[in-house]
Amino acid sequence: MASSSAPGFAFQANGSENPSQAPDTGGSSRYRSDSESEIYPTAKSLSRLCSRDRDERAAALEELSQKVLVCLGLDRPGSARLSKQTLLHLLRLSRSCPLQEVRMRASELLCTAQEEGIEVPRALASGPSAFIPAKEMFTEGPNQDMLIESFLSLGRVDHLAMVMALHPSYLSCFLRTQHALFELDGPLPRDWRHYISIMAAARHHCSYMVQQHSMAFLEAGGEESWLSGLEHAPTKLRGLQTLNKLLAHRPWLITQQHIQELVCAGAEPRWSLAELIHAVILMAHTHSLCSFVWGCGLNPEPDHIGGHTFCPPSPSHIPHSPAHEDGRQELADGAVEVEVLMKRMVELQQQEEECTQEEMVTRFERERSESIPTAVVRGAPPELVLNLVEEPEFRYEDFAPRGEQSPPIMRAQDYSWEDHGFSLVQRLLPDMGQFLDEEFQVVSNLTYHRMAMHEGVDTYTLRKALWNYIHCLYGIRYDDYDYGSVNVLLERSLKVFVKTVACHPEQTTAHIYHDFWRHFRHSEKVHANLIVMEARLQAALLYTLRAITYYMR
Amino acid sequence: MEKMSRVTTALGSNSITGRTMFCHLDAPANAISVCRDATQVVVAGRNIFKIYALEEEQFVEKLNLRVGRKPSLNFSCADVMWHQMEENLLATAATNGAVVTWNLGKPSRNKQDQLFTEHKRTVNKVCFHPTEVYMLLSGSQDGFMKCFDLRKKESVSTFSGQSESVRDVQFSMKDYFTFAASFENGNVQLWDIRRPDRYERMFTAHTGPVFCCDWHPDDRGWLATGGRDKMVKVWDMTTNRAKEIYCVQTIASVARVKWRPERKFHLATCSMMVDHNIYVWDIRRPFIPFATFEEHKDVTTGIVWRHQHDPHYLLSGSKDSTLYQHMFKDATRPVDKANPEGLCFGLMGDLAFAVNESLISSDASRKPYPGGDRRYPFFSFKKANPTEQFAHVSSTLSVFETDLDSNCMDWFVKTAQLYLLSGKPFTELCDHNAKVAQELKRPQVSTTWTMLRIMFSEPAPGPNQNLSKLGSLPLMNSFSMKDLGSVMGPEGRLERHKGESRQDNIHLEPGNSHISNNNEENEETEGSDGPTEYMFGDAELDDDDLYPMEHENQAVPEEQVYTLPPEAFQLRHEIIDNPSAPEHLQQDKADSPHVSGNEAEVTCLTPIETVSLISISQPLYSPHLHGSFFCPIVREMLSHYAEQGDVQMAVSVLIVLGERIRKEIDDLTQEHWYMSYIDLLQRFELWNVSNEVIKLSTCSAITCLNQTSTTLHINCSNCKRPMSNKGWICDRCRQCASACAVCHHVVKGLFVWCQGCSHGGHLEHIMNWLKNNSHCPAGCGHMCEYT
Repeated sequence: MASSSAPGFAFQANGSENPSQAPDTGGSSRYRSDSESEIYPTAKSLSRLCSRDRDERAAALEELSQKVLVCLGLDRPGSARLSKQTLLHLLRLSRSCPLQEVRMRASELLCTAQEEGIEVPRALASGPSAFIPAKEMFTEGPNQDMLIESFLSLGRVDHLAMVMALHPSYLSCFLRTQHALFELDGPLPRDWRHYISIMAAARHHCSYMVQQHSMAFLEAGGEESWLSGLEHAPTKLRGLQTLNKLLAHRPWLITQQHIQELVCAGAEPRWSLAELIHAVILMAHTHSLCSFVWGCGLNPEPDHIGGHTFCPPSPSHIPHSPAHEDGRQELADGAVEVEVLMKRMVELQQQEEECTQEEMVTRFERERSESIPTAVVRGAPPELVLNLVEEPEFRYEDFAPRGEQSPPIMRAQDYSWEDHGFSLVQRLLPDMGQFLDEEFQVVSNLTYHRMAMHEGVDTYTLRKALWNYIHCLYGIRYDDYDYGSVNVLLERSLKVFVKTVACHPEQTTAHIYHDFWRHFRHSEKVHANLIVMEARLQAALLYTLRAITYYMR
Repeated sequence: MEKMSRVTTALGSNSITGRTMFCHLDAPANAISVCRDATQVVVAGRNIFKIYALEEEQFVEKLNLRVGRKPSLNFSCADVMWHQMEENLLATAATNGAVVTWNLGKPSRNKQDQLFTEHKRTVNKVCFHPTEVYMLLSGSQDGFMKCFDLRKKESVSTFSGQSESVRDVQFSMKDYFTFAASFENGNVQLWDIRRPDRYERMFTAHTGPVFCCDWHPDDRGWLATGGRDKMVKVWDMTTNRAKEIYCVQTIASVARVKWRPERKFHLATCSMMVDHNIYVWDIRRPFIPFATFEEHKDVTTGIVWRHQHDPHYLLSGSKDSTLYQHMFKDATRPVDKANPEGLCFGLMGDLAFAVNESLISSDASRKPYPGGDRRYPFFSFKKANPTEQFAHVSSTLSVFETDLDSNCMDWFVKTAQLYLLSGKPFTELCDHNAKVAQELKRPQVSTTWTMLRIMFSEPAPGPNQNLSKLGSLPLMNSFSMKDLGSVMGPEGRLERHKGESRQDNIHLEPGNSHISNNNEENEETEGSDGPTEYMFGDAELDDDDLYPMEHENQAVPEEQVYTLPPEAFQLRHEIIDNPSAPEHLQQDKADSPHVSGNEAEVTCLTPIETVSLISISQPLYSPHLHGSFFCPIVREMLSHYAEQGDVQMAVSVLIVLGERIRKEIDDLTQEHWYMSYIDLLQRFELWNVSNEVIKLSTCSAITCLNQTSTTLHINCSNCKRPMSNKGWICDRCRQCASACAVCHHVVKGLFVWCQGCSHGGHLEHIMNWLKNNSHCPAGCGHMCEYT
């Protein structure tokens, strides 16, 4: 399938093209140490670029260009070469900095460098996402403010934030959670937090997340060797493997024994409950974020392996993600489909029809066990990721395949986030419960009262159906929900997409992304992705928190 | 009302007996309820719905209401209630959104009576009207409350909580028409049953969901609410605005709250997560539970007092699949185990200590502390209230005061105010601070400053010049024997204040210039000097007392001391025990510096340092020594000061030395020092100094102290709405918001306003105006005051 240029593939293809330049994970950090020895202190200049003071920023920009020009030898011959790291930083700034002056200056510098005969990297991707055309992204207005804020506080705006900026209210609370998880005080050291996220992302073969966290991990002072394989990490971290595996693919199998193995007095090295809950949230957060990354087809960052190339563009090759166009054909019957969906939603809300309890149970079972073909099994994941996974063959399996004895389903009324999960998290990791609660609430209330070309629509039933369908895939049942409406509201192509993204995110293709909701806006599809991500997060958390509650009993 | 009276008299005819007992259920319970005459209890849960009879010794299963081969979800109960008027009538709330009533009088096995499926989501609560037989109220996750007339097939009225999930509904015990509803968003609403269009009043009771509420059975105005925020609050609803009159902080989210019958101030709570106990609180004593029941092994889901007028029996159901009857006399009383005591340090070093009187008196042989143990009578003795049933504890408060002259912290304040930390060349700062310390009679500190100046200032051309410069410094002091004798007297006191740095003042008295005469000579002449030598002996004693730990470290230099020319110490033998820093150092400097050398220098900071400084001044000026050479010493010196309690010195030196020393000390320690110093400064209300310190610090954690809560929210002076944007124009009414009341121009810059009438203007204009007038310039008639 030509259109399947998802991040992982791009990386593979590119990795084989330039083996000398991007041989392994150690690469990025080696360049870092290169740059330190040179006269151009990257990290420092960049942090000044993020100053909130406009003049300070201008001065930093000026200084940066001076240094680059010096390096280029415009002033004196034979000066030091520009490091690769610097070039990549410039490239990244020129592509993703929300401050226009910085963006312009960085591009100019790169141009100058190229004129001087230096090999200049070029971003392979034309926008943050392979599925969504770049022109959908750069909207002015309040979203931009959020991105600038993000740039100033984090030092970069990654593709993730750019796509999420389509829903600013979510982005702001997402960034808060992210900040609290990785930066604020907590029981785990900072480098560990990132390493746990790397472990989690590796389970879904998400090289995007792995690289993002690898950089952060090294910045937090993490040991480089850990990145080359799990066996170099401390035993305590490796102890998380089982939990990580289950949490990623089959959270319903997590029992209090798993918790006990890590926490109880005999376990060595032992996890404290607060550390464990922090790790669990980190893992669940990263797993669901992988769903989002794959589901939105995020391109590698320009400074990622596979995100850039030093080869000049070949005339035949116009750098665009092949996926953009094929999904966008306007179908004549498009409008009709949307209207049918809307009619169904209205009907469902008015419906007074009664059905028997047996019928309700059957409906739930039907949704749960409906066989949704997920995409073809991919080739082996990139090596970078594979080293960090144990038992890579352990994958999602249907909660209860037909004909087998099913594990007991979880009743939402017996263990809910609002009543139980929140209190437990809040108790063990103060404030984190609040952040997660906020995230869930923002997502469940997020609506723009519109659907495709229609305005003023109450989309509650549709959002609810989506949320409950995902929980259903994870074996969580709401007594008070009629799963018949899932069948009515979610077309098959949407179910395929949702199930793939939630359960086998690494198998998401551009095809299935474009196949559902064909006349909806991209922002609406991103909204669907957000719901999938949060529902998945909550489901995984509920199972683990329940196990912890049982353990504490 | 006739029925009411029957209920109240029920207890008299048939008094309840029983004991603490339990029975196993087949499945976890979600809720329990008792029938009116307290003889039976119904237990409901996802997989259980049974009635048990309460007999003297045990629970006996009377009836299983869960019938049918494959019970439907209508049996999966979130809540259950037994009608308090009609003993055959029960109602349950099902997780699938159904409200079901059950008639025990039915002859068939299936007792189901009515089924209402009007709610779209889980029903969290059902509640019968306390006196009306046919009136049932339900509250659901879908945000609606419905009132059913059991004679009709469907609800008679629907109350909308504006799409927020309803967690609890309760009819008022006294107001026939009123009910309260609590919500997931933290609100509580009061409704009149006759007016479904709008709630009577609403207030925010908790942050996060309010899981439960309960009307006081006797007092019509009181409503208790419990929430996820771990609080139980009691509201007085008789006033115009709901007023919080009591608040109990528990340790976990509050799932149920029930007033205890016949005890006005008691209520029982249980938690939804983590904590399995049932607590009975006296709301007037919110810090410790009045009684605790600790039998359950999993969270308690339902609690109910067995009889409306009997406070001694509590029934509870739990997720651990047991049903308990608790006797109040068997409850644990946490108060009995609690040991009330309190301890607090005062700003001036006083220590207050409150403890149970009995503990103090048992220790009668204890001697009163010299100088300071003062017992205070308990100020506000609470009159014992027989209804309160709380153990009364009378405590004694002891205050240990430091005695008056050492108590005085003037030196701290003065030093803080007079020290210069920046803005001048390094040497001037040091000199200035040395002078300040000198004037405050703290020669040790003063000397330290001078030493720092010498250590870190740029190398000077030649040693001679330095020496002469040194000679002119005011630090060349010495001791007179008399001085020493007088200050060394109160040995105990010294011992007691060891942790403080005040002894500096005592040891080094300026005055007798015995040694300063000698300071140009070398140490050998010093050794032959009778008085000086005697002082050494005395100082040694002092040294041992003050620094017992360092004594051990001195063992190493001691060895070297033996190699020194013996004539220096010929008169007294003990002198050898005391490492005489001068000689040692001189040797040391010749060799490569090593650890013992550093240690010896630290001991130089003890009272004999004046001498040592003079003596070592020469070797210090060997041209090879760079400032960084002293860093380890200075680092230890700073730690020494900080540990002695003089964090002021540590921080001041840190700031003045700046880059010279910063890298030597790890960030956490620096941050800790800064924090302590700033805290002290702020307790002494030295805001300016504290701010200066914050500004000058280089720790990011400290500098950001000034960046918190820097926002000032203002309202537009015209339309009284919050100003949302920056600038001077209110975006709602398009007027300039902050006009000066005197000149009527927009104030850009310093704006001062009266907190009484909120008029104001340019700082200067207002100042001038109020010099001559006492009324507000805006003419509002307010008497403004500018201070």
